[in-house]
Order: sequence, then structure tokens, then C-alpha cells
Amino acid sequence: MPNQHGASLTTWDSIRLVASKLREGFAGAPEKLRELLTGQSNMLRFALIAGVLIALCAALLGVTLVLKRYSLIGDGLSHVAFGAMTVAGVLSIAPMAVSLPVTIVISVLLLRGDKAKLKGDSAIAMLSVSALAIGYLLMNLFAPVSQSSNLSADVCSVLFGSTQKSILMLTAKDLLLCAILALVVIFVYSFFFNKIFSVTFDETFAEATGTHVKAFRVLLAVIIAITIVLAIRLVGALLITALIVFPTLCALRLFKSFRGVVACAVVISVLCAVSGILLGAALGTPMGSTIVVVDLTAFLLCILIDAVKGVFVK
Amino acid sequence: MELLRFEDVSVGYEGKPVAEHLTFTVNEGDYLCIVGENGAGKSTLMKTLLSLRAPLQGTITFSPALKKNEIGYLPQQTEIQRDFPATVTEVVRSGCLNRSGLCPIYTKAQRKTADDWMERLGILPLRKKSYRALSGGQQQRVLLARALCATKTLLVLDEPVAGLDPIVTADLYALIKRLNTEDHLTVIMVSHDIAAALTYADHILQVAHGGCYFGTTDAYRTSEPGSQFIKRAGESNA
Repeated sequence: MPNQHGASLTTWDSIRLVASKLREGFAGAPEKLRELLTGQSNMLRFALIAGVLIALCAALLGVTLVLKRYSLIGDGLSHVAFGAMTVAGVLSIAPMAVSLPVTIVISVLLLRGDKAKLKGDSAIAMLSVSALAIGYLLMNLFAPVSQSSNLSADVCSVLFGSTQKSILMLTAKDLLLCAILALVVIFVYSFFFNKIFSVTFDETFAEATGTHVKAFRVLLAVIIAITIVLAIRLVGALLITALIVFPTLCALRLFKSFRGVVACAVVISVLCAVSGILLGAALGTPMGSTIVVVDLTAFLLCILIDAVKGVFVK
Repeated sequence: MELLRFEDVSVGYEGKPVAEHLTFTVNEGDYLCIVGENGAGKSTLMKTLLSLRAPLQGTITFSPALKKNEIGYLPQQTEIQRDFPATVTEVVRSGCLNRSGLCPIYTKAQRKTADDWMERLGILPLRKKSYRALSGGQQQRVLLARALCATKTLLVLDEPVAGLDPIVTADLYALIKRLNTEDHLTVIMVSHDIAAALTYADHILQVAHGGCYFGTTDAYRTSEPGSQFIKRAGESNA
């Protein structure tokens, strides 16, 4: 295949090229990061603050979603948020002004109760692909008239949180909004921690003994929607599920109490997000994919620790 | 004192009645067993009793002494709980939540209540253990302790011995009987186990499509529907 210089590259050559690029990236990383962190631009600092807050929220809600077997609902919602964002783009309104309310409404409808008809996994699959298809279709239809000139880069950034328009492009106003929403989620979750445990562990008992389970479902649905809309900025719509499931799956391997699992998931999620952002910035790789790969590595490490622990206990 | 009264109540779902014309009362200190065949509406009746479902017709009167947040409930285990990360203490304490209002943490008194019940049920040594690592009988005791934290008056149990071996089953029945006699808790139990129902309960409610029977255990034994049901259950066990 001809590359940009016109010469043809073998597979081996391309691997060597990538390897040397990565080696250079790692070698120059400390210098580059110091520059980014202490320099004039707030880009990386803002990204780190937002990343930590978003990772924290995603880990908190991930525990409930994973334990309730609702991981796919999170995935479906992220696609809905993507669809809503493109509609906002077409109408030239701020993306969050549309995607936040739409995602909250769909989330409440999906998680409202066991009688909700949309809960089946095929229904969620249907919702996901429809939202994705409509989103992409609208972007294409309106591409010629919108101000943005680079359609594929736009799509890529929303779906994968790639370098353009991603977490690195936060303005101070974006960051403030993000921080407020994240703090609301964190506050609600910690304030109702015991009740969330009870409702997650045994909804029927909670309802029979007088907890307002329906109100809690709505509350959870709302904070889940907020978290997902925020997380699109960090990793993109397609990769959000990773932020939700990986920290919990890691923590489940290491802890046996609910409190322990939640705390561990939060720590792992924040550590992975921070290292993913720093790695991505240093190597120039896309933030979203880098964070997810770090998450995956953490998960594999946890499996290893669990296995080693099993050997020693026996 | 009368705790709750069902008058000509029909229960069911999506407008279709499963069990009809139920009339019975539960007094303080009663031990009522709800028996009947599969599909006769025992579980639906229990959900209605717990106000999880509205009755299709008839009236249910709760005594003012019985507030909704004073009912202890031992549900059947769900799929989610089997691999749920939670310590015994976490599960038991969650029973206290129905009376804590908006308070985000457990009070000292609530923690004490949880500890006391764990002690009574012999699961205090397990308090730091993971719920998913326990045996079936131990798990039932944990869920029973949680139910007891939620009530001072009425304990509602849904097939509490399902899946337990005979020894553990006998222990659990004896324990529930003690809670009834010593702690004066009113017990309502849904059960498949007609023999145990006849041994421990003082009232029986038989739910069936044709008609329901309600009376004391002695009267039930000699009644027409009772003797027939006991005979059939005996034949199928033999």
C-alpha cells in the first residue's frame, strides 16, 4: 500500500514505524507533560479535572448498573445521547441543551419499572441502533449547510472522543457546568448511599417495607443520564460502557462488601482516567480509546490478582 | 387486636383475577399460613397484602397500629442476590432503613438493633462475611434478621424454606415459631409445606380457584376443603 511518500510499506515496516513513534512518544512524555501541565494553556488541567469528576460518577453508577444487569441500558442511553447531540448540532443549539433532557427522559422511561415494555435487550438494541442511525443520517444531511467542514472528524469525535472537540477542548464555562453536574451526582449518590444499596440488593423488600422505590428509580435514572451525557465528552458515545462496567468488574474481583466495591471502583476509575488522559496527551493518542485500554489493563490485572490470591488461600 | 382485615377481596394482575372473594382477618399474635396449589394466587395475594399491588375488588383495612413501614418481609431470593457483593452486616442493617427517613447514615440505635437480631439468630460471627459465600440456610437467616429489623409487629414470609435441607428447615421453622410465641410477632407465611403449616400455624388460609377457606388450624383439619387438600398432599408425598 503506498504511503504518503509514495513508497510502499510492508506490514513489518509499519509495525516498526509505529513502535519507534511510540518509543519517541514515551521518551519525550515527561518533558511534554511538564510543559502541558505548567504551561500557559489550561487545556490539560481542565481535562484532568473533568476527567476525574466524570470517572468518579461513572464508577458510582456503574456499580448499580452492573449489579442490576443494566449495563446495556447504559450503552443504549449513550447512543440516544449521541443522536440528541447531532440534532442539537443541526439546529445549532448547544449540544447539552438537547442531549441532557432527551437522555434523562429516555433513561426514566427505560428504568422506570419492571412493567416498562422497553426493557428487553432486543428493545434496547433497537433503540441504540435507531438513535445512532438517525444521528449519523442527520449529520450527513445537514453537513453541507452547517458551519463545520469536516464531517468525519465530527462524527469520530462524538463517537470515540477523538482529539478534536474532545475533553481537551473544554472552556472554563464547560468545565464549570461539568463540575456542577458531577458534584450533584456525587452528592445524591453519597446522601442516599444506604438506600441505593437496599434498592439495588432487593427492590421488593425495599418497596414492601415502605421505601419509595419508584422515586428512587427515577432519581437513579436521572443521575445515570447526567453521567452518560458528561462522559461523552471524555470517551465518546461508543466507549462510555467501558467507563461504567470496567471499574465495577475490577472491584468485584477484589472486594466482597458493597461499600468496598464502590470505593474500589471509584479509585480504579479515577486512576485509569488520569493515567489515560496523561498517556493520551503525551503520546498524542485519542483520549477515549487510551482511557479504555488503560481500564482494560486494570481489569486484566485484577483478574491476575484474584487468581494469585486464590492460589495462596488454598 | 385486629391488625388487618380482607373483605371480599379479589387479587390478580392486569385485570384478571387469580383468587377471588377472600375474606379473613389477622389478629395480633396470630400465626397464619397461606396454603394452596401452584398458580392459585398465593404470591399475588402476598403482594397485595404488602401493598405492592392493588386489589381488583373488595376492601383491605389495616389497623392504625400497623404502618406500612412496620412490616417485616422475607421475600424469595432473586437472581441478582446470588453474586451480590455485600457483607452480612450491610444486608441486615438495610432492614432499618424504612424508619430512617432522610437520614443518610444508620443511627447508633439502628446499628444496635441489627447487632441484636444477628445475635438472636446466631449469625453474629458471620457479620463480616460476604453474603454470597453463605449457605442457603445462613442466607435465609440473614434475610430474616433484615426483616426483623424492619418490624415490631408483623412478619411476612414468602416460602422461607424453599431449597433448604430438612434439618435447616426444621431449625428455621422452630425459630419462626419462637418469634411468634416469645416476641409476640404476628406471622403470615406463604408455604407449600402443608405438614409444617398444620404443625406451627394457628390459622390457615387456603387459596384455590373454586373457593377459599379460612379458619383455625383445628377447624381446617376437619373441614371439607382442608381434609381433601391434606389428603391429596399426603398422597403426593407418599
